[in-house]
Amino acid sequence: MTRLGELLFAPGFFQSAEVTRALLLGSMVAAISGLMGVFVVIRGQAFIAHALADFGGAGAAVAFLVRINPVWGFLTFGVLAATGVEFLGKRAGERDLSTGIVLSVALGVESLFLYLDTHYTGHAGAPMLILFGSIFLVAPFTVPIIMALTVTTGVTLDLIYRPLLLSSIDPELARIRGVPVQAMSLIFVILLSLVVEEGSLMMGALLSISLLIGPAAAATHLTHRMGWAMLWSALLGITAMWMGIVLAYDSFYWPPAGRGWPVSFFICVLVLLFYLLARLSSQRSQVKVRVARKCDA
Amino acid sequence: MFSSGLFTETFMVHAWMGGTMVAVLCALVGFFVVMRDSAFVAHTVPQAGFAGGAGAVFLNVNPLYGLSVFAVGGALLIGYLGTRERNDVATALILVAALGTGALFLGLTNKYATGAYALLFGQLVGVSSEQIVTTAILSLICLLALAFLYRPLLLASVSKEIAQSRGIPVRWVEMCFMVIVGLTAAITVPVVGALLCFSLLIGPTAVSILLTSSSEKVMALSLLFSVLTVWLSLILGYYSGWPIGFFVSIIGAILYLAARSIKLFRYKTRALFPHHAR
Amino acid sequence: MMDWAAGKDDPVLALDNISVQFDKRCVLKNVNIRVYPGEFIGLIGSNGAGKSTLLKVILGLLSPTQGTVQVGGPADGKGERLMGYVPQKLFLAPDIPLRGRDLVALGLDGHRWGIPLFSKERKRRVSEILEAVDAARYADAPVGQLSGGEQQRLLIAQALLTDPQILLLDEPLSNLDIKSAYEVIQLVSRIGREKGIAVILVAHDMNPLLGVMDRVVYLADGKALMGQIPDVFRSDVLSDLYGYPVEVLNVQGRIMVVGGRNFENNGYPREAICCESNEVL
Repeated sequence: MTRLGELLFAPGFFQSAEVTRALLLGSMVAAISGLMGVFVVIRGQAFIAHALADFGGAGAAVAFLVRINPVWGFLTFGVLAATGVEFLGKRAGERDLSTGIVLSVALGVESLFLYLDTHYTGHAGAPMLILFGSIFLVAPFTVPIIMALTVTTGVTLDLIYRPLLLSSIDPELARIRGVPVQAMSLIFVILLSLVVEEGSLMMGALLSISLLIGPAAAATHLTHRMGWAMLWSALLGITAMWMGIVLAYDSFYWPPAGRGWPVSFFICVLVLLFYLLARLSSQRSQVKVRVARKCDA
Repeated sequence: MFSSGLFTETFMVHAWMGGTMVAVLCALVGFFVVMRDSAFVAHTVPQAGFAGGAGAVFLNVNPLYGLSVFAVGGALLIGYLGTRERNDVATALILVAALGTGALFLGLTNKYATGAYALLFGQLVGVSSEQIVTTAILSLICLLALAFLYRPLLLASVSKEIAQSRGIPVRWVEMCFMVIVGLTAAITVPVVGALLCFSLLIGPTAVSILLTSSSEKVMALSLLFSVLTVWLSLILGYYSGWPIGFFVSIIGAILYLAARSIKLFRYKTRALFPHHAR
Repeated sequence: MMDWAAGKDDPVLALDNISVQFDKRCVLKNVNIRVYPGEFIGLIGSNGAGKSTLLKVILGLLSPTQGTVQVGGPADGKGERLMGYVPQKLFLAPDIPLRGRDLVALGLDGHRWGIPLFSKERKRRVSEILEAVDAARYADAPVGQLSGGEQQRLLIAQALLTDPQILLLDEPLSNLDIKSAYEVIQLVSRIGREKGIAVILVAHDMNPLLGVMDRVVYLADGKALMGQIPDVFRSDVLSDLYGYPVEVLNVQGRIMVVGGRNFENNGYPREAICCESNEVL
């Protein structure tokens, strides 16, 4: 049993403060991303989430330059961008080319500041850290911040759950029933930015979208009930996160020795795997229905 | 006015040659990307290429080979998934996984910081002497293929049904176009970077369609804007040392804003003098 | 192009005994259609009757499980070149960089490989056809910003440039208001008669076509009936086709196909099923 344990978990796994912190932070972020992700999928806002992550990344690069912790950059730029998207982005559709132009400006600014980071602060690793994340390097003082944000987001989501769901599914009906649809939309996109930026801190600005929409999309293939979908989504996210952390820790002893593989890489691949499996299982059940229908013709 | 090195240093000669080829190709491919409403493809294919480029850096081979294989593979995968059903989630997750793989390769390579930087945001010295020949050959192939496919691709973009009824192998034409997009992304990434390759593909055409609506004029204008953007970026990049991708995106955005205002101005004058309308 | 008047007795399109089966479902059953040059045929049927499948068979995009399709005279080989196809609708964003003129030009040589060479002849033919369909006014506007009727005219011009013997229109009326629909019908019927092109127009309602149709193909449940209007729209004939009692009513010159005889309602009219022909059954 102990030998199996040593095979699965490289020595020192449970003693390391970094690992414990990563597991704690990772679980919180994965859970809240999973819950929010279901709404993102229903509302079709994956692209906005992606853009928010890129804006946050630009903020983190600025934060590096002025030598404050990137978490502040992520959060400030993310919330600002979310408010901007909500007020300006209403008219522009997702296929609108102007959205693409705005996104490319965000990426351009991000690239400039990341360049300046490597050039002036001597943080040669800044691009990797901001774009692809490093869950083991998260500063200890951010733990309470992340915890507070997660709890706030979770509680708010719980409070607005029903009106949000209604206005996501049928905004017209929601308006008739007296739901402040506009306000719901604003609150949601701000919560979304908080979750996306938390994710970016762990997974990097480029990869945080994976943890947000992957488990949620998989969950919607597994069940058609909202509550169950959110539960599945959170569970799948946490599973991917834990497996990713364990594998990344173990990978320190993999070739080429002495360089750990990035956690975010494992999580992306695992999430993709979960999604494909979920889709496969739902396709099989659909085939059964189709066969039954074919015979009556 | 310009210091002499701008045009004479070897790496700058390569940058000018490579940059111009890339600009021409991006303008023409971008026209069809906008025509076919596939900005999503333009956004994701270069990122798929990034994984291959990073892998090639790790294995110490010419990054263009890795970029080409992964970008074309990604483009074909999107083409394949896209026709079966509209499944953006699947494509998005696959491409994020590709980005993650790219990060893995960069992490495993020793010179990871600069490597990540060059592939993601573009570099003045992005085109090495061994790459310039490959770049030229690939862009020539793409241009010839695009010229060959021109009319059937245009017709298939306007209406798949008409194209099919005229005996055009629509599926085949579309897949060929995806290969062209993949190769274009592969040679653009070393110059402009994987994250902003999208800006050069979409930007010039987005600006041009605000100014005119005839296909030929749009193509001519976007060629002009594209080459202008890249040349300006090279000059500014040479003096500042800042990333090329940053300049490409900013110049693109400025051009876009200018075109928007021109259009607005035209619209207002037309409202004042209605007899000039149409 | 063969002289259509000389071969008046040769059909320009002949479908013999066509059946199409998907998995185990029979979508078309023994369909026989003959179309002669210069004829205006209405292909009428409700949703799910097999119209689009039949259309694919005629266009050569789907090979039937059984039966033969012959386009043009026996001598003409390439079927698709003799057919001008007008799709139901264009899905184009308003800012797509394509003028009406460019769209129509694609009708001339859109299937050819390579970039188009500038030629006066090409330009002249495009302008000529734009005049013929009365679309010259908006030929330089972006296609995506035109109305449904305007787009429909451009699509017709595009199809005519292939020098077709058959013009095939897929539900051209379904997205148009009454006036534009009327104009499109008049245009197509005029051009068909002038140039001797057979027109096949797919629709779910036969009434707008009553004045111009030479013959009708009525599709129901995969079975087709072809003939003159008075021969097809008869209660006994259509009841036979449907395998269910239907009645054909003539209301002020308009034809309505109404389902069921009111057995269970003690002879009172059943309003719920008395409506447009496309709502039958």
